[in-house]
Amino acid sequence: MAVQFSQETYRQFEEVLTHYPTKRAALLPTFWLAQEEFGYLSPEVMEYIAQLLDLSPAYVAAVASFYTMFDKEPKGKFHLQVCTNLSCTLVGAQQIVECLEQKLGIKLGETTPDGKFSLSEVECLGSCGTAPVLQLNTGDYYENLTPERVTQLVEELAKQA
Amino acid sequence: MAERVLLRHLDVPDIHKLDVYLAHGGYAAARKALTTLTPEQVTEQVKASNLRGRGGAGFVAGMKWGFLPKDSPKPVYLCCNADESEPGTFKDRAIIEWNTHILLEGILITAYAIKCHTAYIYIRGEFAFGARRLHEAIAEAYKAGFLGKNIFGTGFDLDVYVHRGAGAYICGEETGLIESLEGKRAYPRIKPPFPATYGLFGCPTIVNNVETLACVPSIIANGPEWFKSIGPEGSPGPKIYCVSGHVEKPGLYELPMGMPLRTVIYDYAGGIRGGKKLKAVMPGGSSFPVLTPDEIDVHMDFDSMRKINAFLGTAGIIVMDEDTCMVRALEIIDRFYHHESCGQCSPCREGTGWLHKLLLRLEEGNGRPEDIDLMDRIAGNMMGNTVCVLADAAAMPTQSFLSKFRDEFVAHVTLGRCPLKKNGTGHRQAA
Ligand SMILES: Cc1cc2nc3c(=O)[nH]c(=O)nc-3n(C[C@H](O)[C@H](O)[C@H](O)COP(=O)(O)O)c2cc1C
Ligand code: SF4
Ligand code: FES
Repeated sequence: MAVQFSQETYRQFEEVLTHYPTKRAALLPTFWLAQEEFGYLSPEVMEYIAQLLDLSPAYVAAVASFYTMFDKEPKGKFHLQVCTNLSCTLVGAQQIVECLEQKLGIKLGETTPDGKFSLSEVECLGSCGTAPVLQLNTGDYYENLTPERVTQLVEELAKQA
Repeated sequence: MAERVLLRHLDVPDIHKLDVYLAHGGYAAARKALTTLTPEQVTEQVKASNLRGRGGAGFVAGMKWGFLPKDSPKPVYLCCNADESEPGTFKDRAIIEWNTHILLEGILITAYAIKCHTAYIYIRGEFAFGARRLHEAIAEAYKAGFLGKNIFGTGFDLDVYVHRGAGAYICGEETGLIESLEGKRAYPRIKPPFPATYGLFGCPTIVNNVETLACVPSIIANGPEWFKSIGPEGSPGPKIYCVSGHVEKPGLYELPMGMPLRTVIYDYAGGIRGGKKLKAVMPGGSSFPVLTPDEIDVHMDFDSMRKINAFLGTAGIIVMDEDTCMVRALEIIDRFYHHESCGQCSPCREGTGWLHKLLLRLEEGNGRPEDIDLMDRIAGNMMGNTVCVLADAAAMPTQSFLSKFRDEFVAHVTLGRCPLKKNGTGHRQAA
């Protein structure tokens, strides 16, 4: 099989197995390790995980599909996820979305042709006191957003790409 | 309250670090519990304090622990519910990120009380920074001997693991959380059996919210009478209020339980932004009925809220000013529940979908007069008919919006557009 964890990730995987009395319980942590290492959960990656955990590939795929943070296809290098739940919308999330759509030339759910940026809307990020908010990839939150701030953010990221 | 308990990082900078936490009395309560009290005595004290679950339902924590079978041959598990995904709610995140050790100390004392040796912190996947903070604090606690084997030389062992979710609101429902931890889709289980008898891996399990567990050290340190003296006796303790939306100073406020909602909004959060008038408040996250301005003298505790047919929920207070479109606001709420329904039960899966579709149609100016009563009927049929209460969590706000702001829904039908906006519809516009 083509895909395989690096030595360091495999070590982390073995450590994770010790946290649970069943192998299956390690499925979500293993998805996280795999997404970190391979970028997204391709069918080959899921097959590899199925082997590691003695599960069927169909089962693994069914579980992965339930969780929105596991990417089943490649996303842009910078995935901007804007919260459009109530508290964020009350203070301007829609302007943030529109500003990003215009700046990036894509709509919600799309990726720029160069593969640098993806744009999505997400539900409440648990940061409503500093709304509007977006999350970059599966990491940092950017809070108290204004059209100026997100414009600046996109420009900074574009330079990094 | 003199010094804050849950948001203590605002009074003591860097308290998420073990040395700072220790310098300010950290782990003294755990030491007291493990070295001078029996597990039963700890449970008794927590029960006597009337600590009620901060995850939304307000169940008495000590009583829940008491439901565990005595001397079970199976291991007992503790799950800390750090899935915090209720719209308008951002309190657990603050404790996790900035007052990390009080949570670990609460987990340690609780695990001792329920005779548990393995605890999982189920944290929503988006909280990557929080997960990192937890990993760091757990490593510190192991090194200092507050976790691991033979804690305080008492022979009590405890392992704590962080388990990350991956973007599904339903993982916050306690049996959905358990299924997810087991490596499955987070389909909530039919209850009974309750987790206390048949939970994680088929073993007796206690699920408690972050803020609930973070209250436990202060109860052991200061005694149940102290805890009960803060706010109303039947629903006491320190409480974090989350205020968001159209207020001057959104944010977290730690105050006694039972504060008047008006005081929280006007005295602490600075009142309505830009001197506007208040129109509506969701007082406990989006899962419960909405309140109108004449209802905000209610006291924010579990029992007082019930008297006006409202719920404390998570104390996620979402404030809406006079310019807010109630149709658009409800459309966002029902979009959320439709998106987050796990799909197991047809009244929930279909009901949330219909509600959202009808609301979109109304917003776009194509609503029919009969749609308003139709939505009310759909919501009514969703309640009490499903495996978990997510269906009720969608139905309750829906019915309350429709009855309390009926004129605005009717106006959308008759005008064929949002009456609050000069041209066009509310769709894709600010609420
Ligand atoms: C749809 C749904 C979502 C929930 N989400 C959360 C959550 O994110 N965090 C939480 O602590 N409780 C949540 N709960 C409540 C839990 O089921 C459970 O009652 C709670 O974790 C128990 O802890 P407590 O007694 O300390 O409040 C949710 C319940 C439902 C029905
Ligand atoms: S009520 Fe909804 S979320 Fe809850 S189990 Fe049924 S379908 Fe799933
Ligand atoms: S509504 Fe956007 S973070 Fe909560």
